[in-house]
Amino acid sequence: MAPVAREQTWVEWMTAALDGDETAYRRLLTALSPVLRGNARRALSRMGASADDAEDIVQETLLAIHLHRHTWRRAEPVGPWVAAIARYKLVDVLRRRGRRAEIAIDDLADTLPDAADQEEEVGRRQAVGLVDALEGRQGDVVRAISLQGESIKETATKLGMSEGAVRVALHRGLKALAQLYRAGES
Amino acid sequence: MKTDDFIRALAADRTLGAEPGRGLVLAVAAGFAATAIMFMLVFGIRGDVAAALQTVWFPFKFVVMIALVAAAVHLAIVLARPGADPAAAARLLAVPAVLIGAAVVIELTSVPASGWRPLLVGNNATVCLIAIPLIAVVPLVAILVALRRAAPTAPVLAGSAAGLLAAALAATLYAAHCVDDSPLFVLTWYSLAIAVVVAAGALLGSRVLRW
Repeated sequence: MAPVAREQTWVEWMTAALDGDETAYRRLLTALSPVLRGNARRALSRMGASADDAEDIVQETLLAIHLHRHTWRRAEPVGPWVAAIARYKLVDVLRRRGRRAEIAIDDLADTLPDAADQEEEVGRRQAVGLVDALEGRQGDVVRAISLQGESIKETATKLGMSEGAVRVALHRGLKALAQLYRAGES
Repeated sequence: MKTDDFIRALAADRTLGAEPGRGLVLAVAAGFAATAIMFMLVFGIRGDVAAALQTVWFPFKFVVMIALVAAAVHLAIVLARPGADPAAAARLLAVPAVLIGAAVVIELTSVPASGWRPLLVGNNATVCLIAIPLIAVVPLVAILVALRRAAPTAPVLAGSAAGLLAAALAATLYAAHCVDDSPLFVLTWYSLAIAVVVAAGALLGSRVLRW
């Protein structure tokens, strides 16, 4: 899609999303994902890091976009706003990794042979582990909706909660997940 | 987890934060009101206010401070959002700067050089340096809370803008208590006091405005 047409579609979807159109919102986030993925992969390979962890960065960025979508101004282009969030999140993630790399240098003596493998292992465990680490009802609700693809209503019936309580738990769960992302790697 | 699955959870969440500009304006209003009450209890308005209002430089302090408040509010609102360019907003800070600069030039050309020192030293420079940061504490906290609910992509800069705005609000109040109206005094001591709050805002911003 041409950049102008793409931007126009994004603005339409984002506007509809803020007005409560879930389908348009899902389309927008799905369309943003490959752009964010390419962005993250390029940044990781520039640093000489493995591109395997790009998906974590994509999801953390999507989460940041979601939790801060009220800072998008209607009729303003979506692209530069998303790019600013993506850049901010990348810097954040790379800085956290920088810190981790410093710690790893101190341990080099014994762990040198499997250092790379271990690093990758840690990354993978966290990709799965972060949503697993969400405790209680918040974790149950986020997992039911994302992994099992259940609606708010189905989740409410399954967990014996009111729909309102499910909505609150979902929002709090996503906020807690953003905290886990920020705290987990530092 | 697959990203497509994760997107389902995001799309199902309808909770939406408040528009950041409105949040900031509310924080400014609430922070100013709260600190104004404390200002009246601790410092109060100077006794000769009626006579002072007849002079040029006492009302002029408010012209400069209100211009600074307006420019700082605008800058903070711009910095609250990702992707906005703060350069144009930062240039508006030139308005209060030019106002006070021009006033100093006018004052110094109308007073012989031997009279400059008392203008600079004034009556209570130390009180000014302590009072403005003190009065700025409550609005600074309110503004930082509002910025935390937005998405500043330059936390240190956003924190500095929060400090500048809080200090400008505090200086507007303190100007009503302070008996030193000389533009030279205001430029020197008010600026120094404001700089202290800006530095505190930058430091706090780097810690509390990350998301």
